[in-house]
Amino acid sequence: MHIDIDTDVCIGAGQCALSAPAVFTQDDDGFSTLLPGQEDSGDPMVREAARACPVGAIKVSETARP
Amino acid sequence: MTDMTDTADVKPLSAPVAFPQDRTCPFQPPTGYDPLREARPLARVTLYDGRAIWLVTGRDLARSLLADSRLSSDRLRPGFPATSPRIVAFRDRRAALLNVDDPEHHTQRRMLVPSFTLKRAAALRPAIQRIVDECIDAMLAKGPPAELVNAFALPVPSMVICELLGVPYADHEFFEEQSRRLLRGRDVDEVRDARDQLDCYLGALIDRKSESSVGDGVLDALVHEQLREGAVDRQEAISLATILLVAGHETTANMISLGTYTLLQHPERLAELRDDPSLWPAAVDELMRMLSIADGLMRQATEDIEVAGTTIRAGEGVVFATSVINRDGEVYAEPDALDWHRPTRHHVAFGFGIHQCLGQNLARAEMEIALRSLFERVPGLRLDIAPDAVRFKPGDTIQGMLDLPVAW
Repeated sequence: MHIDIDTDVCIGAGQCALSAPAVFTQDDDGFSTLLPGQEDSGDPMVREAARACPVGAIKVSETARP
Repeated sequence: MTDMTDTADVKPLSAPVAFPQDRTCPFQPPTGYDPLREARPLARVTLYDGRAIWLVTGRDLARSLLADSRLSSDRLRPGFPATSPRIVAFRDRRAALLNVDDPEHHTQRRMLVPSFTLKRAAALRPAIQRIVDECIDAMLAKGPPAELVNAFALPVPSMVICELLGVPYADHEFFEEQSRRLLRGRDVDEVRDARDQLDCYLGALIDRKSESSVGDGVLDALVHEQLREGAVDRQEAISLATILLVAGHETTANMISLGTYTLLQHPERLAELRDDPSLWPAAVDELMRMLSIADGLMRQATEDIEVAGTTIRAGEGVVFATSVINRDGEVYAEPDALDWHRPTRHHVAFGFGIHQCLGQNLARAEMEIALRSLFERVPGLRLDIAPDAVRFKPGDTIQGMLDLPVAW
């Protein structure tokens, strides 16, 4: 799964990092960011994290991982 | 955006339902809302002044509409609905963040986000634990009995906010007293007076912080970054500090007092938490879902919205009854049961959309540490009043206990 985060929309609620802590974290400004190497994560909690985002800032697409 | 389960046409109610209503059991929605729980995902309710507004009952529709920019939170808009005359009396100004729409809201929120991350909440845990332990020490030294709201539920979040904002220790007592009057004042005059005193105090504190070296509180960051750079002026900084106090104090206090009462009324669940403390984080979210203390998030449509086979017209009011939404039977099996083994996430007790609670990660840490420590350190904690004689707050405000006599 490929993950895109729209940081212009992100409100720093931290729900992604709470739902899928192995994939998402918050940067020093509080905005959602991916942990290194997680751009194409297969973590089953990724979709849960996208659903938990209150402003729909996380998009998950089904692109095959290389 | 609306899920398929929410596209059924609005079912008319047989009789108009009044909103808000008082709860009959503090941890259950008002029994008068029963017809609303059948009317999914949207119903019509009548306010105290006879005005009819929309009430959202479906969880998925609630998530979609709370994230819809066509619904405004600006209570100064003409025709913005109110739940009681008491609420109207305080509508002389907009609360920062809460009553502000994007793009202004986005700018305000972004200034505060760095102070409310998961990391910051985790870093505050030792301070929260210390505050909680001190309150329990004092309660144990004086009792039994004790009145839990004043001895524990209110002072804990108040002191945590002092810690978070960077209010000097010497000022804690004044700050706590004024915030108590602001949130639980007897009448409009007392509340206004407390607001003026806090405005004045916070202004002076901001001035003091501007002149001294940087501490690590939210106010320090506001003063030394946003105020200095001109991103906010002094009045806006005061207003932001005030909203952090208001939003973080009474809400958390009510979750602590009502959470304690609810767990004491569910002894078999409490025993489970005592056996396995790792269940606490899930228990906190399940208590949030079940108690839904912010039960009536108000919005006004700024344009027509086609939804669930009907049209919400521009200017109409829309209220989100979280106690009903968080018990949507299509999402939660046995919704009236307290059960943290269910998937507890995706409730809307913290709201949803751009206004979702800024302090939710801190609130979760506070609730977990306060409730867990209370039951661990006072294992014999019990009600010192008949369970059906407890006094709790009216339906037009944040839900919680007025007082809670306990013994051990």
